[in-house]
Amino acid sequence: MKKFISVLMSALIIGSSAVTLSGCGGEKQQELNVFNWGEYISNGEDGTIDTIREFENRYNVKVNYTNYESNEEMYNLIKESNSSYDVIVPSDYMISKLIKENMLEKINFDNVPNFANIMNKYKKTDFDPTGEYSVPYDWGVVALVYNKTMVKEKPKSFSVLWDKQYSGNILMFNNSRDAMAIAMRLKGINPTTITKEDIDVASAYLKEQKPLLKKYVMDQVFTEMEGDQAAMAPYYAGDVAVMMSNNENLDYMLPEEGSNWFMDSMCIPKTTQNKELAEKFINFMLEPEIGKANIEYLGYSTPNQKVYDLLDEDVKNNELNYPKEDYLKKCYTFSDLPQDVYDYMQEEFLKVQA
Amino acid sequence: MKRKMSVPSIIYIIVVMIFLYLPIFVLILYSFNNGKTSVWKGFTLKWYSELFNSVPIMTSLKNTIIIAILASIISTVLGTLASVGIFNMKNPLRSIVTNVSNVPIINPEIVTGVSFMLLFVFVGNIFHFEMGFGTVLIAHISFCTPYVILNVMPKLRQMDYSIYEAALDLGCNERQAFFKTVIPEIMPGVISGLLMSFTYSLDDFVITYFTRGAKFQTLPIEIYTMLKRRISPTINALSTLLFVITITILIIVNVREAKAEESRS
Amino acid sequence: MKSKAPSIPYLIWMLLFTIIPLIMVVYYAFTDKSGNFTVQTFKDSLFYTDVFIKSLWIALVSTLLCLVLAYPLSYVMSRSSRRGQNILTMLIMLPMWMNFILRIYAWVLLLQNDGLIDLAVKFLGLDVPLLGNAGAVILGMVYNYLPFMILPIHAVMLKIDNSLIEASKDLGANKFNVFRKVVFPLSIPGIISGTTMVFVPTASTFLVAQYLGGTGDKMIGDVIENIFQRDKNIGSAISLALMVIILLFIIAMNKFGDEEVVA
Repeated sequence: MKKFISVLMSALIIGSSAVTLSGCGGEKQQELNVFNWGEYISNGEDGTIDTIREFENRYNVKVNYTNYESNEEMYNLIKESNSSYDVIVPSDYMISKLIKENMLEKINFDNVPNFANIMNKYKKTDFDPTGEYSVPYDWGVVALVYNKTMVKEKPKSFSVLWDKQYSGNILMFNNSRDAMAIAMRLKGINPTTITKEDIDVASAYLKEQKPLLKKYVMDQVFTEMEGDQAAMAPYYAGDVAVMMSNNENLDYMLPEEGSNWFMDSMCIPKTTQNKELAEKFINFMLEPEIGKANIEYLGYSTPNQKVYDLLDEDVKNNELNYPKEDYLKKCYTFSDLPQDVYDYMQEEFLKVQA
Repeated sequence: MKRKMSVPSIIYIIVVMIFLYLPIFVLILYSFNNGKTSVWKGFTLKWYSELFNSVPIMTSLKNTIIIAILASIISTVLGTLASVGIFNMKNPLRSIVTNVSNVPIINPEIVTGVSFMLLFVFVGNIFHFEMGFGTVLIAHISFCTPYVILNVMPKLRQMDYSIYEAALDLGCNERQAFFKTVIPEIMPGVISGLLMSFTYSLDDFVITYFTRGAKFQTLPIEIYTMLKRRISPTINALSTLLFVITITILIIVNVREAKAEESRS
Repeated sequence: MKSKAPSIPYLIWMLLFTIIPLIMVVYYAFTDKSGNFTVQTFKDSLFYTDVFIKSLWIALVSTLLCLVLAYPLSYVMSRSSRRGQNILTMLIMLPMWMNFILRIYAWVLLLQNDGLIDLAVKFLGLDVPLLGNAGAVILGMVYNYLPFMILPIHAVMLKIDNSLIEASKDLGANKFNVFRKVVFPLSIPGIISGTTMVFVPTASTFLVAQYLGGTGDKMIGDVIENIFQRDKNIGSAISLALMVIILLFIIAMNKFGDEEVVA
């Protein structure tokens, strides 16, 4: 009996150590861990290029591709879970936060020759002033998507999200920063840099809105809007374009008060275990053909001149994708917030929802 | 052996069955719908071919099965041995151990999940490992083993101890006697514990959700992520297949049992 | 066979993966971000009292509904032939083999705008949103956990000795009195384990309310999941509170059961 137990115990110990070992890698094929937004890369659906497969085949590597729904979720996972990621695609304000907290690697641009394709105005940005840490992926604004069968008159402003006649049919961002920004702008506050008092104002306004809402959503917005389940939602322009192409009842509106103008860029976090391969991947994403396939799938706007040149004229002239300069002037960008303000915002938003 | 059912009883049973099966029927129906919304747009099998071509779904299916097999086997061995040990304990030790062992069953799943996460993140920060396959496996073994014990314990209590003693008297050593008399007696409990562990592990969402890290996907997790994004009827195709497989297994098991019963009587 | 030693691996396992994780929850619940002792976490959690109460209320209603639905069914089942019982048990368990999230999603398909049930309700001339309210959440819970109520009650009713029923009939009891005096008291252990098996997961579940409920139907499980993404300490405090409440509930149910048996 005793012998049996000791055999079992050692089997267990060997088994568990084998598990830890396999966790550390050691397979022959190189692996790349890409952490990106949901629905944010062309995946071969409907005859597009399957970007990840293409990269895997060309370099004979394995890509672990995983998704997040918000910058905050991504940040927490990078910071807390001991996960090793090689490429992430955060938004502007999150990039400055990551740079400040020393969580990003400097990119070796010798390995990213296609960076030359990026338009000059996007090569250096406010959130990455030295341009050493990030490579633009795409950009866009926040717009309203609405269902023409349920909303008869084209709205002019995001204040329509507080309109009682659409009670029960309104969707709202399930993301503190975006939701608060809309409320603040309508209350005359500039959402770029904010204080706790501004957050209180926005929370109060969002509490007023809550009874009118159908749901707080992120990527669920696709199902809701494409399936005619809700009347309107504020969302990112590229996704609005995708929804419109899947449901002809949908239309878009750019609010007169302006909205968030954002840029998502590819970065290499300090957790990387294969920086060179990560750079290869970034370079690959900047290739004109790959970039074109990707941006057409995403529906967002490209910062890549070579990709832009390949696009159809009607896409270039579409104001949802490439808004006119005077609309962009009304828009605001997000900046990194002090930790306590940021925590306060997260907490207050959860309280609005609870 | 008892009376026939009355008409109201039959109607009631039918109503409950409709309640239980209508949603499943709808899921299956829409797996053949040639459109992505709830409007019927004709018959298609394209979601099934998309399902088999989907790398993430197939990978998570593989992961789920590997975890379920490993977790159920390890917890069956661990739990069966533990049952024998606990059976030989005396109170109060015995009831303390039993109660602690039942904690994962009684505790709300979300609390169990969260407690694992706290542990794994804490230890992970010290030893620099990330959550994934290993942590999910440990968590699954932890919540499966109590069910094995729950199934094996009654069989040990029912067992006729004199058989074991007889085996010893007939010259078996302790180990031989254990394997020749005890194991066969408790085997039905061991098997049902194994099956229970396997199905719980296969279906677990909450605890896996908190212990998987960011990269390791199991099927329930994949379904969850799919639902968070744009819903594709691939999900329906997947559920239809899972359901058909389950029914088949259950029918085979039941028919075999019925036959065994017949031959016994 | 007399040795306690075979349980040693599992005892170690329990220490590592049952006891220590729970200690971690308690530790985080009573500390702040820098690791100092505090009860502020619990004060902060008080904000979610309403969510707590609402979750318990939804769980209670769902449990009662399950009981009302399950009891007659279990009774009818236990009176049917053995073959009929086997088939019914299998039919009741089968939906549980469908993934939990998919079962909830199926109700979304049925209840959403132009879903099958929505169309039926509209056909009857009613136009009310079926999805996005507490009723839909309760429906989802009942659907999910009904088998957990049916099976234990049925198991207990099976054990009721038929001769007891015959005897009480011979002594002149009518059908109602047979039920009141014999069947019901003897089925109480089943009711108690069914109630526990339904109440505990419904009170603590997450996701169901996210799919079926509206903005006002957040449940405590959803709050725990959400809060853990940024604050482990408050999250642990709420988890601890939930655990204690559930434990008290189980103890109360067991007490109740013991008293009934004695009575």
